Amino acid sequence: MTDFTTWLQNPGLTHYLMVSGLLFSLGVFAVLTRRNAIMVLMGIELILNAANINFIAFSRYSSGTLDGQLIAVFVIILAAAEAAIALAIVLNIFQNFNTVNVDEINRLKD
Amino acid sequence: MDLFTIIFYFFALVTLVSAAIVVFSKNIVHSAFSLLFSFFGVAGLYVLLTADFLAITQLLVYVGGILVLLIFGVMLTNRVISVDIKTGTIQTLPAVLLVAALAGTLVGTFWSTDWKLLDMVQEPISTAPKLGEQFLTNYLLPFEIASVVLLVALIGSAMIARREKTLN
Repeated sequence: MTDFTTWLQNPGLTHYLMVSGLLFSLGVFAVLTRRNAIMVLMGIELILNAANINFIAFSRYSSGTLDGQLIAVFVIILAAAEAAIALAIVLNIFQNFNTVNVDEINRLKD
Repeated sequence: MDLFTIIFYFFALVTLVSAAIVVFSKNIVHSAFSLLFSFFGVAGLYVLLTADFLAITQLLVYVGGILVLLIFGVMLTNRVISVDIKTGTIQTLPAVLLVAALAGTLVGTFWSTDWKLLDMVQEPISTAPKLGEQFLTNYLLPFEIASVVLLVALIGSAMIARREKTLN
């Protein structure tokens, strides 16, 4: 138990990993359960953020180089591109189906 | 308990609580706005990890770009005025079980693994010049490809979202 309290009092690599693991799980939960396509996108953003925390935490505590931060920049770039494309697709779906609930969109063609 | 510890727990709490609100809130607008605080919390964690450039990038790209885009999406795809903007959930029970197992596995692995740690954590330095140098030397090819990806995404999303010209 004293082990655990000393662990709590000294934030280090594992603390960031725990935060990112929980953030990842929350993101996966959003992707799995929400019906609205935009909520699914928000879940994906949470997942990408969790991955980025991992990259930067390892870059700081484990490797000591900037490689993790460089990869995190690319993750952010791809997240931006993904959000733009996904939103465009969602808007197009809304025009065609008049809904963005992922469980009601089950036709490829009208 | 020193200041660093307190700030770390503050940002970690902000991130996780806001993320929980994002995931569990029934109102999609509440979700979108608590995503803002979640991104802020992550930016704070980046600052604590001495990634100053990335913290600013996080604020600019996520809060300034992606979040605004998501809120646009919410506003354009939900009949805000007529019908309520609540959203339902599906497959809740299997998802709860799966995610609990996933979170347990992740936390357990992170806890029990003997991570390779540096003996001495480096002093905080300004990372922006070093990142720029790396982008133009070792990471030049991915950097150029990323610019092409952004251009393709720009043109592609404009093409997809464009309204079809209707005859008559």
